[in-house]
Amino acid sequence: MIFALLRRLGQMLFVMFGISMLVFLIFFATPGADPAARIAGRNATPEVLEAVRKSFGFDQPIYVQYATMMKKIFITGDLTSFVNRGWKVVPAVLDTIPVTLSLVIGAAVLWVIFGLLIGIIAAATRGSWVDKLLMVLGLIGISMPVYWLGEMMNLITQSRYHDTWMFSWVPPLGYKNLSDDPKGWFLTLVIPWITLSILYIGLYGRVLRASIIESLQEDYIRTARAKGLSETRILLRHALRTSLISFVTLFGLDFGALVGGSALLTEVVFGLQGVGKLTYDALQNLDLPIIMTTVMYASFFVVMANALVDIVYILLDPRVRTS
Amino acid sequence: MLKVTGLNVSFRTEQGLVRAVENVSFDVAEGELMGIVGESGSGKTVSLLAVMGLITDPNAIITGSIAYRGRELVGLPSKEMRKLRGREIAMIFQDPMTALTPVYTIGWQIAEQILAHEKVSKQAAWQRAIDLLAEVNIPNPGEAVHRYPHQLSGGMRQRVVIAMALSCNPALLVADEPTTALDVTVQAQILDLVAKLRRNHGSAIVFITHDMGVMAEIADRMMVMYAGRVVERGSKEELFLSPRHPYTQALLDSIPPLVGARPRRLRTIPGTPPNLLNRPAGCAFAPRCPQRFEKCSADPQLPAGARAAACFRVNP
Amino acid sequence: MKSRGPWATAVRRLMRDRAAVAALVLFVLIVILCLLAPAYAAWANVDPFRSTLDQIIKVNGVDVPVMEQSTEGLGLGYTPIGPTWELGNYFLGADNQGRDVMARLLYGGLNSLLIAGAATLLTLAIGTALGLAAGFFGGLIDTVLSRILDILWAFPVYLLAISLSIVLIAQGIEIGPITIQSGSLWLPIFIIGIVYIPYVARPVRGQVMALRESEFVLAAIGLGVPSHRILLRDILPNVSTTLIVFVPIMMALNMLTESALSFLSIGVQPPDASWGTIIQDGQTLLYTRPLVAMAPGIAIVITVLALNVLGDGMRDALDPRSKIRIGRG
Repeated sequence: MIFALLRRLGQMLFVMFGISMLVFLIFFATPGADPAARIAGRNATPEVLEAVRKSFGFDQPIYVQYATMMKKIFITGDLTSFVNRGWKVVPAVLDTIPVTLSLVIGAAVLWVIFGLLIGIIAAATRGSWVDKLLMVLGLIGISMPVYWLGEMMNLITQSRYHDTWMFSWVPPLGYKNLSDDPKGWFLTLVIPWITLSILYIGLYGRVLRASIIESLQEDYIRTARAKGLSETRILLRHALRTSLISFVTLFGLDFGALVGGSALLTEVVFGLQGVGKLTYDALQNLDLPIIMTTVMYASFFVVMANALVDIVYILLDPRVRTS
Repeated sequence: MLKVTGLNVSFRTEQGLVRAVENVSFDVAEGELMGIVGESGSGKTVSLLAVMGLITDPNAIITGSIAYRGRELVGLPSKEMRKLRGREIAMIFQDPMTALTPVYTIGWQIAEQILAHEKVSKQAAWQRAIDLLAEVNIPNPGEAVHRYPHQLSGGMRQRVVIAMALSCNPALLVADEPTTALDVTVQAQILDLVAKLRRNHGSAIVFITHDMGVMAEIADRMMVMYAGRVVERGSKEELFLSPRHPYTQALLDSIPPLVGARPRRLRTIPGTPPNLLNRPAGCAFAPRCPQRFEKCSADPQLPAGARAAACFRVNP
Repeated sequence: MKSRGPWATAVRRLMRDRAAVAALVLFVLIVILCLLAPAYAAWANVDPFRSTLDQIIKVNGVDVPVMEQSTEGLGLGYTPIGPTWELGNYFLGADNQGRDVMARLLYGGLNSLLIAGAATLLTLAIGTALGLAAGFFGGLIDTVLSRILDILWAFPVYLLAISLSIVLIAQGIEIGPITIQSGSLWLPIFIIGIVYIPYVARPVRGQVMALRESEFVLAAIGLGVPSHRILLRDILPNVSTTLIVFVPIMMALNMLTESALSFLSIGVQPPDASWGTIIQDGQTLLYTRPLVAMAPGIAIVITVLALNVLGDGMRDALDPRSKIRIGRG
C-alpha cells in the first residue's frame, strides 16, 4: 500500500512537470509570434518590450527561460502584469481563491445532497413514473449550458421577477466577503450555487441510479435478502454503500476541476471575482502573465486533487486497502 | 414442516412464457435432509428461490402452495416473509466468492443478520458471530470477524455463509449447490461440516446438487428433477439401488463407482435438456431416452406417494 | 464486421426505443433547419453578418425602425426591435447591431453543429489511435502515451482552451505548409478536438488491453499475423461499438463546450455566429430583449438533450451493460 501511495505521488509530480512544460510551450514557444510582444499586451512601447525580454530571459537558452518562468510563478512570486502596469500577479490570484471556494463548496453541498436523493429515490422506484420523471429532469439538467442557465436566472431574479416577493431578497450581482458580511455573502451566492449545482445534480443522480441498479443485480444482494433484511436497508447499506465508492471518486474529480477553473462560466455570469473571472478578464485584456499564473496554479490544484481522490479511494475500498 | 404442492413458476419473456417449474410437489419433515438432483436449468434452484420468496423478477408468475409449518408462503406479504427469512428459513448459496458484500467485514455481516431478527446488543451479536465462526471451524475466529470477504479463500467464505445462515438457528436450511464452486478437498470438508451442523442444530435441510456422489453421502430422501418437473422421488437407498426413471439411471451411470473396477469410460447422457420455451409435447426426456417407446409422446404423470417415478415404463 | 447480425439487432432494438427514435428525428430536423440558413436569409432578404442601424421595416402595415433610438437620458444608444413573430420579418427580433436573430440563429446552429461534429470526429480519430497503440503495444509506448493522456486529463478543460486560444486566435497558426487564419472555424474544432482526447483514449485503451489477452488475438499473434492486421481486423471492430456510442455523447459535450468557448469569445469569431456567440451578444440586451440570449440557449438545450437521449438509446441497444459515461464540465 505504501508503495502504491508513493507511486501515485511520483505520477502526480510527473504530471505537474508535464503540465508546466505544456504551459511553457503554449505561451513561450508557439511558432509564428514573438512571446515578448504577447506578454507585453497590445500597443506596447519598445521599452516595455525590452523590459519583458530581459525579465523573462528571452535572449537566453530555452531551458533557462523555463526555469525563469517557474521561478517567477512559484518561488519569488514577483511576476508582474504589463497590461495593468506593475500589478503583482501572484497575490492577485491568491486573493480570488476564497471567492471560487465559496462558490464551489456551496454548490457541492447542494449537488451531493440532491444528487444522492435523486439517485436513491430513482433507484428505489425504478421503472415507475417517479423514476422516469427524475431521469428526464436530470437529463435536462446536464443538457443546459451553465452560463446560459445563469443568465436566465439573472433575468428572472434580477429583472423580471425581482420586484415580486419571491426574488426581492436577491442582492445585486457581485461578491461579499464572508468575514465582513456573512448574510450578504450567503444571499449573493444562493442563485450562483443553484445554477452551478444543477448540472451536477443531474449527472450524479443519473450515475448513482445506474450504479445502485447495477449493484442490485449482484449476488450479495440476494444474500442480503435471504438474511431477511428490509428493502430499505438492502438499498442503503448494501447497494448504495458499494456504489458510493465511485460516487466519492467522481465527486473529488469534479470538485477539483471546478476549483481549478471550471467554475469560470458561473463566475463570469454572476460577476464573482474568482479565479475563473480573473482569467476571463485577463483574456479580454490579453494579460498573459495572469493567465499563465492562474492556469499553472489551477492545474496543479487539479492534479493534487486527483491524487488525493485516488488516495481516498484506496482508503474507502477495503479490497484495495488491504491487498 | 415444509409442504410444497403443485408449485408452478413461469417467466414472461419477449419470446413467450418460460415454464421454469411445473407442478412440483414435495415435503420435508423436521430434521430431515431432502436432496434435489438435476442438471442446470432443471428448475431446482428456481423452486427453492420460490420457497425463500426471493423471486423478485416482476415478470415471474408463481402459483401453487408452499406451506411452512402450516403457514402459506405463496402470497404472504413481503414484510411477513422477511421475518421468516434468515430466522426460520435460511439459505446457503452456490458461489461463496460473490455471496458476501465486499465492503463490510464478515463479523459485521453476521451480526447484521442477528440484529435484524433478535433484540440483542451489538456486543452480544458480535460475540455470537465469533462463536459461529468457531463452530464452522474457522481458525482464530476472534480475529477473523474483522476480515473482509476478499481476504478469505472460497472454502472459508462458504463457511462464513454457512455460519451466517445458522446465526438465528433456522428450522429449515436451504442449500443451493453449496459445494459446486469449491475444490474437491474443500467440498468434502464442507459436506462434513453440514453433517455435523445438522446433528448439532437439528435443522431440516433442502440440499440441491447435480452431483449424485454428494447426495449419496448426506441425503435422507431424494427427488430428481428434469426440465422443470419432478421425474422421480424416494429414499436415498431406493433411488441409488433401484432407480426407476431412465434419467435417474443415466445419472447414476455417469458417476464413477466408489468400489470395484473402474469402467473404461463413464457413460454420458447424449443430447441436451429441452428448451423450456418451446417444450415438445410428451415426456421431456424422451429425445434422450434409450428406453423410449410410442407412449412417450404423451405426458407422463408422477403418481402420488413417497416412492414414484414419472415414466410410462414404470406406470404403464 | 464478419456478419451484420449484431448491428442489425442493435438497429432493431434502437428502433423500438421510442424516446431514442424521437430524439433522432428531432436532431435530424434541427440539422435540416440549420442547413436551410442561407435559404432563409435569402428569402427574408437580410444579411445576418452586417450591422444595419438605420433600416425601417413594416410590421402589421406599420413602419418600424429595426434600431430604435433611445428616448431616455442623453438619447444615445439604440434598442433593437423585439420579436415580430412574422416568419422572414425579424421573427425573433434583432440583436444589438440590428441583425435578424432568426437568421443568425440558423447560421449559428450550422457552425455549432459543424464544429461539434468535426471536433467529435477529430477526438475519436486521435483518441482511438492513441488508445489502440497504448493498449495493444503496451510497454514503453503505453507508458509514454498514458502519461501524455494523464497530463491532458488533469489540465482543466476551459483553462487549456483559453491558453490555446489566446495564442492561436490572436494571430492564427502556421505549421509548415498549413496556415490557419485567426478567424477560422478550424481553431475551435482543433481546440475542442484536443481537450477531450483522454475521454476516448482511456476507455479504448482499457478495452484493447482486455482484447489483447483474448484467445482469438493471442491465436492471431501466435500465427504470426502482422500487428496492423490484428489491430484493423480483430481489435478495431470490437471497439467500434464503444466508439459509435461515443459519437452522440461526445457531440453533445462538444456542443456545450463550443458554446461556452464562443460565449467566452474564444470560439467562433465575429462576424461569424454560433449559438454561443449569439448568447454573448444577447448578454447586453438581457433585460430589454431577453429573447436574443434565450433563443439560442433553448436551441442548445433541445439539441444536446436529443443527442443525450439518442446516446442513452444507442448504448442500451448496442451494449446494455456498458458503462460509458461522460458529460463533465
